[in-house]
Amino acid sequence: MSITVSHISKSYGKVTALKDISFDVKKGELFGLIGPDGAGKTTLFRILTTLLFADEGTATVAGYDLVNDYKKIRSHVGYMPGRFSLYQDLTVEENLNFFATIFGTTIEENYDLIKEIYVQIEPFKTRRAGKLSGGMKQKLALSCALIHKPKVLFLDEPTTGVDPVSRKEFWEMLKRLQQKGITILVSTPYMDEAALCDRIALIQDGKILEIDTPEAIVKHYPKKIYDVRSDHMYKLILDLNAFQHKHSVYPFGEFVHYTDTREAFNTAELENYLKEKGHQNIIIKPTKTTIEDTFMELAK
Amino acid sequence: MKRFIGFIKKEFYHIFRDRRSLFILFGMPIAQIMLFGFAITNEINNVDIAILDHSKDATTQEIINKIAASKYFSISEIIEREADIEKAFQKGKIKAVLNFEHDFSKKLIRNNKATIQIVTDATDPNTANTISNYTNAILQKYLQTINKDIKIAYQIQPETRMVYNAELKSVFMFVPGVMTVILMLVSAMMTSISITREKELGTMEILLVSPIKPFQVIVGKVFPYIFLSIINAVVIVLLSIFVFKMPIRGSLFLLGLESVLFIINALSLGILISTISKTQQTAMMISLMGLMLPVILLSGFIFPIASMPLPLQIISNIIPAKWFIIILKAIMLKGVGISFIWKETLILVGMTLFFMGLSIKKYKIRLE
Repeated sequence: MSITVSHISKSYGKVTALKDISFDVKKGELFGLIGPDGAGKTTLFRILTTLLFADEGTATVAGYDLVNDYKKIRSHVGYMPGRFSLYQDLTVEENLNFFATIFGTTIEENYDLIKEIYVQIEPFKTRRAGKLSGGMKQKLALSCALIHKPKVLFLDEPTTGVDPVSRKEFWEMLKRLQQKGITILVSTPYMDEAALCDRIALIQDGKILEIDTPEAIVKHYPKKIYDVRSDHMYKLILDLNAFQHKHSVYPFGEFVHYTDTREAFNTAELENYLKEKGHQNIIIKPTKTTIEDTFMELAK
Repeated sequence: MKRFIGFIKKEFYHIFRDRRSLFILFGMPIAQIMLFGFAITNEINNVDIAILDHSKDATTQEIINKIAASKYFSISEIIEREADIEKAFQKGKIKAVLNFEHDFSKKLIRNNKATIQIVTDATDPNTANTISNYTNAILQKYLQTINKDIKIAYQIQPETRMVYNAELKSVFMFVPGVMTVILMLVSAMMTSISITREKELGTMEILLVSPIKPFQVIVGKVFPYIFLSIINAVVIVLLSIFVFKMPIRGSLFLLGLESVLFIINALSLGILISTISKTQQTAMMISLMGLMLPVILLSGFIFPIASMPLPLQIISNIIPAKWFIIILKAIMLKGVGISFIWKETLILVGMTLFFMGLSIKKYKIRLE
């Protein structure tokens, strides 16, 4: 096991940030913490990177105890905080050099690990970090977190505020790092990124709702989901919510995700109901369950 | 060691790329020493005074001439009536009025005694005191010249010699003080900001999750600023020698060593401040308010420690600046060697070690 977390709790004064969190991450696994802002993801990261003490519970990272062996953990993990935390007045190269030195290594020594990422920002190596675009900042931060060849990599919302293309690239890089045997714990508020993880933990209000592979989590969803749309989306949501057999109604992109309380549900019935309400161009079709649907269901 | 050197290199990048801080670092000391050196002075020169002469005879005229001839006073107003004294003061230009009584010469010859009233504007007590002393001195001298043919049976003749600063130049007193204040403020403020900046920008979070040790961070932060502060100290000493004609009677080498010691002391105090404050703003406020006031008020820079109430005298002992000012004055003005100031030096060394130790202990290895 690369990370074991058992019964971790943490509160700030009266506010409970984490409540009885337990999970394990296997060596070489890409594990995702999925949850909205304020769910407690950052607090959990800070506890696991030895920046904060947990109120209760224990954990080990790379086989070391969180409290007693915190110094060993600090030299064997890579940490990329949610906020861009490199030296803005240092250039790309200087930043990387600095982090290599304080971890007692050199860029050359571990170049193969960061090569794929670094070649993309190398043309800008004399540019100050503060002047980079969002996507490049993330790549630099990841390079800096990787420069000492960590056993475990902690990435706190690495793709927040990054454009979709860079996000996609970033996840491809994570996949490749994983193949090199690095355990990765990543948090994200984006549900579509969850599907790219080996296993995910859905977290809300400091509690873990479910831990499983993304496929299994979707499979556990008990209902059949329908995409519904018409000319008046806002009225559609109101009307669907007023329908006597509705189970859940959530806007989802250009459609509304609808589930019915009954097992045997006939789309024609719903279509008639909506026509009566004056909707036109009605589309009702079954659709695939996503992690977001599961999350909304669990978070209810 | 490599880690440490890498850290110091990074600090130098920060310093040289932050133009504004660099300007403060070198501009402020020069501006301050010029300001203090020229503007703040307790010497009196050409003080405007008024004369109210009720007798207008040969003796009073002679005394008035003597006073007018001295470089301390210039007579800018002649008053005719007692009632005008108040008005003259209210105008604010004159600082003193000399009031000669009626029949001054006659009384002096007949009664062997005549009176001059010296009225001074004591809104500034120090100046008032100095004016009255200087006037007295001029009168005494005049008395001696008119009494020179007369034998007085017993006479005590005080003979004053002002050593180490014969001309009583106030700049001799201010330069060591200003040097102390500047080194303290610049050094403490700069380092206190540099650690809190890492906290504010979030880079501290990454530094903590790395194998770098607290003392490496702290010493690494102090190190670059030692160099910069030494440059500052050299600038100040050069200015005081060439602009203010301050003598350096002792060894320049010793002066340098003591300055480095004081700089390290101030830097470690700055680090201590940064370990207890969360933002750059607080760090700056604490170093400004918490250091500037005690350094100026309790170090003996402006107000003599011996005339403070006992509790303040005791408190002044924990102000590093007090000891450094003593050392500076001893080296610059008295020209003594280490054998006379080893005690003060040792106190500074002790304080520095204490601040350093406390900073390392207070340095938070976690975020809380």
